[in-house]
Amino acid sequence: GCCQGNSVERKIYIPLNKTAPCVRLLNATHQIGCQSSISGDTGVIHVVEKEEDLNWVLADGPHPPYMILLDGNLFNRKVMLQLKGTSRVSGLAVAIAKPSPPQGFSPGLKCPNDGFGVYSKDYGPQFAHCNKTVWNPVGSGLSYEDFDFPIFLLEDANETQVIKQCYQDHNVPHDGSVPEYPLCAMQLFSHMHAVTSTVTCMRRSSLQSTFSINPEIVCDPLLDYNVWSTLQPINSSGKVDPEKEVIIVATRIDSHSFFWNIAPGAESAVSSFVTHLAAAEALHKASDIHLLQRNIMFTFFQGETFDYIGSSRMVYDMEKDKFPLRLDNIHSFVELNQVALRNDSILWMHTDPVSRMNESVEVQVRNLLDILSSSSMGANVTLQEAGYSQPLPPSSFQRFLRARHIPGVVLTDHKTAFQNRYYQSLYDTPENIRMQYPEGLSPEETLEYVTDTAKSLAEVATVVARALYRLAGGANNTSAIQADPKTVSRMLYGFLIKMNNSWFQSIIKPDIKGILGDVPQHYVAVSSPVNTTYLVQYVLANLTGAVVNLTKEECLNPEKTPSSEKEMYEYAWVQGSLDPNSTSRVPYCVRSTVHLSKALSPAFELRQWGSTEYSTWTESRWKEIRARIFLVASRELEIITLVVGIAILIFSLLATYFINAKADVLFSIPRDPGAVAY
Amino acid sequence: AFFWLVSLLLSSLIWFVAVKASDPRDEKLQKGLLIFGVMFSVLLQEAFRFLYYKLLRKAIEGLVALSEDGCSPISIQQMAYVAGGGVGVMSGAFSMINLLADALGPGTVGIHGDSQLYFLTSAFMTMVLIFLHTFWGILFFHGCEHRRWWEITAVVVMHLAVSGSTFFNPLYVGSLVPSYLLMAIAAAWAYLLSGGSVQNLRRFLLCE
Repeated sequence: GCCQGNSVERKIYIPLNKTAPCVRLLNATHQIGCQSSISGDTGVIHVVEKEEDLNWVLADGPHPPYMILLDGNLFNRKVMLQLKGTSRVSGLAVAIAKPSPPQGFSPGLKCPNDGFGVYSKDYGPQFAHCNKTVWNPVGSGLSYEDFDFPIFLLEDANETQVIKQCYQDHNVPHDGSVPEYPLCAMQLFSHMHAVTSTVTCMRRSSLQSTFSINPEIVCDPLLDYNVWSTLQPINSSGKVDPEKEVIIVATRIDSHSFFWNIAPGAESAVSSFVTHLAAAEALHKASDIHLLQRNIMFTFFQGETFDYIGSSRMVYDMEKDKFPLRLDNIHSFVELNQVALRNDSILWMHTDPVSRMNESVEVQVRNLLDILSSSSMGANVTLQEAGYSQPLPPSSFQRFLRARHIPGVVLTDHKTAFQNRYYQSLYDTPENIRMQYPEGLSPEETLEYVTDTAKSLAEVATVVARALYRLAGGANNTSAIQADPKTVSRMLYGFLIKMNNSWFQSIIKPDIKGILGDVPQHYVAVSSPVNTTYLVQYVLANLTGAVVNLTKEECLNPEKTPSSEKEMYEYAWVQGSLDPNSTSRVPYCVRSTVHLSKALSPAFELRQWGSTEYSTWTESRWKEIRARIFLVASRELEIITLVVGIAILIFSLLATYFINAKADVLFSIPRDPGAVAY
Repeated sequence: AFFWLVSLLLSSLIWFVAVKASDPRDEKLQKGLLIFGVMFSVLLQEAFRFLYYKLLRKAIEGLVALSEDGCSPISIQQMAYVAGGGVGVMSGAFSMINLLADALGPGTVGIHGDSQLYFLTSAFMTMVLIFLHTFWGILFFHGCEHRRWWEITAVVVMHLAVSGSTFFNPLYVGSLVPSYLLMAIAAAWAYLLSGGSVQNLRRFLLCE
């Protein structure tokens, strides 16, 4: 409207608010991701909904460079490599495909974390580089390509519609004729500061911080915290007895996609750690856990997507004696990888064939497999072995095997290739693990509703918990050890659909309640701890810890209380649930054995930025990331405006000169008294 | 220029208070308030021009007292021209600078349906206003000097007409054409008042 005080900027630009950029990540030798120019990249919009539309961009269109609005179904390797090779493309905006592409979409590698696992030319060379089994055949490797133009994701369908409308109004070529100016254009800003590789950017950052008063850091290592907890409390600042054996249960809690901070990770991460949390809760229900012969450590590794940051750091800490446990203490290792998409209720057990060639290891692995199989009696889970011919899938267990031949098993829902056709992509959503809710439920009702997925994961958790109990030396009846599908369902809702729900709000500390954003994402990021780590820590504390009768001061300062055993336990003051009638919460103190341990790759501790042994992933820094659309005028109109202005300027200068020179001709002396002659 | 700035500040304060006190969703009311704001601003600008005239009159007396030969080094006509020019330049700068800042970006006006010629027409409108303010300065001071109130009234009416015609935008013909016509009239009038005549103009143009 004319009378709302529109500033000129609002007349020109429409900002796009709900977008996600693709950012630059670097490792020891390469840079991946996308980069824009420092003042943004501009281009005329062209909507590409089928492959033929690309010809306009690549060859026919008369107004290069173009900014492409790509339909999500065309976001594949073939199209992207065509766009990468041309200079007529200045940027790309991808509209999410709804529904997800039916043939699958994974921008990850076909062989995830290759080169950082256990298989190499010195150990099981026939299994290295996915020679035997390609784990992610749908993988296009797009996330690991380097693009020199910006790529953004349009999350909001309304914004995509606005762009398409602008395109329809101004840019559509009618019957092959050239569209006329003004044309609809888009500008994307995502300038990244780091270049080449981690070695270069860390060297530059360290030079800056050593010599500059105002250091300009260009990249940050990916880091966060691992969450670990033990069934029987141990002294977290001391060392565990070498004779004491511990069984490690592990899952990863992070995922990734092509775009920054978009990582729903439903099947690749959430399904496994939710099952793990449910198994931990189930185990704590056994009556004789303090009498068990072996301890159990529940470990949640962060950063596993990026060449095993969390697990490689824990192994390093164990080797260097910086962790309460040492590698000698580990009796066996159970890992849960993607477990939500079981076919015919089969859960596969993967083992490492190379280490099993050793007799003693083979005996222990056999024992482990037998206990697992026997624990699945009576549950709707069939455990089957993947066999000697199969290597281990990409898992944190591989990092432990690199250090020591520990007997271990990795449980997944796939025998060879992943069942997950959206591994590490933005389509790895609750729909991918078949989570369905009936229509018309309120958020509270949705939180409490038990989905079939939750029931299936609860069964897996029960089997795992019972097997762990037997492994730890428990002799009693395991029928009490049962995972609760309600808890699993609430966790799935919180970690996949809405983090800001009443249960999560009641179990976190009062001063961090601002972290509960809307759509949950599980990217490891560079500022820590991320929301996921916090929530896993507090959920684990809630499920496995005990409420103790301490006041707020005693809970926050446990060293002052004599019986608190500060080294064995962690105390947290949580805000409690909301009374239905009042607006205040009833906080309480939770005592648990949940600790955080730093998950920063040892390469950064050792300052070996070119390391091929440890993960060297860093994320570039940037100043601003935004996107906007507007109309561009033709070159001719711009030139005309400029020339008219210059002409008027010259004319006025000439006129002033002549009027000044001939002023006595133009102006007669006025006859008013008291006035001065000019 | 400073006086014009102060008048603009005061009138925008009044308009701002009026807008905040009213319902932002009522389109007609907002448009009415804007029209009221513009008219009030015009009247305030002319009032400040009058105040400036009074100030300069006092200044001339002081300059006459200080000078050696009892004559002021600057005539009131020169002051009128400079005052008008100052007001014009400041109002021009105020109109154009934020437009120019946004014109530096890659986009042009039009995505919401506005005319593409927005920058060009704004530039021409600014030019005509700068000229008009200069001529009005001469007319106004002459009117004050010789107690000819109808000259002052004519300036105020012309100013109201030009500002009012901008409400015809984006029908740029409705605002630019009347403004240029009024500028021609004001230019001729100011020229005649400054000592020009048709014979002088003919002699100038024929390069005698």
